[in-house]
Amino acid sequence: MIGHWLKSFLLWEFVKAHWLTLKYFFKPKATINYPYEKNPQSPRFRGEHALRRYPNGEERCIACKLCEAVCPALAITIEAEPREDGSRRTTRYDIDMVKCIYCGLCQEACPVDAIVEGPNMEFSVENREELIYDKAKLLDNGDRWERALAANIAADAPYR
Amino acid sequence: MTSWFQSTWLGYGFGWFLATLILILLIALPLMLAVAMIIYADRKIWAAMALRRGPNVVGPWGLLQSFADGLKVFLKETIVPSAANRGLFLLAPILTFTLALIAWAVIPFGPKMVLANINVGLLYILAVSSLSVYGVIIAGWSSNSKYPFYSALRAAAQMVSYEVSIGFVLIAVIMWAGTFNLNGIVLAQKSHVWITNAFGLNPLLFPLAVIFFISTMAETARTPFDLTEAESELVAGFQTEYSSMSFALFWLGEYGNVLLMCALNATLFWGGWLPPIDWAPLYYVPGIVWLFAKILFFFFVFSWVKATVPRFRYDQLMRLGWKIFLPISLIWVLLVSGYLEIFRFGALQ
Repeated sequence: MIGHWLKSFLLWEFVKAHWLTLKYFFKPKATINYPYEKNPQSPRFRGEHALRRYPNGEERCIACKLCEAVCPALAITIEAEPREDGSRRTTRYDIDMVKCIYCGLCQEACPVDAIVEGPNMEFSVENREELIYDKAKLLDNGDRWERALAANIAADAPYR
Repeated sequence: MTSWFQSTWLGYGFGWFLATLILILLIALPLMLAVAMIIYADRKIWAAMALRRGPNVVGPWGLLQSFADGLKVFLKETIVPSAANRGLFLLAPILTFTLALIAWAVIPFGPKMVLANINVGLLYILAVSSLSVYGVIIAGWSSNSKYPFYSALRAAAQMVSYEVSIGFVLIAVIMWAGTFNLNGIVLAQKSHVWITNAFGLNPLLFPLAVIFFISTMAETARTPFDLTEAESELVAGFQTEYSSMSFALFWLGEYGNVLLMCALNATLFWGGWLPPIDWAPLYYVPGIVWLFAKILFFFFVFSWVKATVPRFRYDQLMRLGWKIFLPISLIWVLLVSGYLEIFRFGALQ
């Protein structure tokens, strides 16, 4: 009883709490200093989309439209017709990144690893129009990120 | 400085006016700068205790964060709700801000460095800090909205409750120092306990120093007692309807008040501009440096408490104010006056 009184009048609980926070004050920070430091990413990370090419520069996509069919958000639009050499290629490959839910089903569906979701997650823009990606933009992404994409696919291959 | 201005062509009246104006600016402008930096420091300390980094992008180590915020807020539109009482709504932040500034007039920064060396300085401080509740009440009422109004009611009750115990603590200090003048109170602390310049180290006055510290925290509505802007209950309390500069003025006023209370803690109990130890070489350091160091220390403790203690419930707040601080400070006034009566004035002889 007296001990309880003494404790509350000497603010004992407060002293203890403040000692604890003072110790935390000098501890190293737990926060990752985001733009300068980044978290490690899984090779399965599903970020910005890219259309890949073969090493000889030929685009991989054969316009099978499996991704368009599987896309639960109906974000992908594909139009295709035979090229002069007779191969089937897309004439239009749009992804509405505003609709996209980044589920990764398109890359699962793709038989030739053409459409993939890359490690890039920093593609914010200032208006919605810029988030409607066309084929040129996607192929460009593929060219930019090819090394990382190939490495991720290779890293994940043993588990598939 | 005043007499120098009066001796020039400006004449007696206008010279006095100009000199006083310059002195006011000499206090107010560095104070504004200090408030900006102290907001940054508050965020940094709070962040560090939560293992976060705090602002670190604008300027080196984020030092310019407050200025970026200020600029941003300055460029925003001041929105006055259509149901609000326009005049009072705009008056409230100005009132809060002004009252946070004018109390600094009597704070002594050094042996001669005080703007208004009036002999009832402490009464003036009490009057101003009592007035400052009006800013909050007017803001809450004139917003014509539920949460600000609740907040205003809480603020009124809270500040009145804690002013009572602050009053009794001040009575004890005044009795011990024998003067209402803040400079006199500082000088009375010179080598008060052994060689230290502080009332707070006197075992009889130390509990009062603690009570005063906690009460000032309640008076400025800092976190354990921030019932007035309890964001989890009242959105943002009396600031809910405010935006832009009117909001910024509340912030400046709030932190100006916090700094003022830190300065009062330092002045009343921990020796003000005197160095902590009564040792001649320490007196070569200007008094303003000592005062500033003490203010910063108390501000650190304010932030420390903010980072540590969760918000009190309203009934706990009232219980602490009326059922614990009031009786204790009353008894202590008796103790202190009895002690002084016996040992200083020799009542038993």
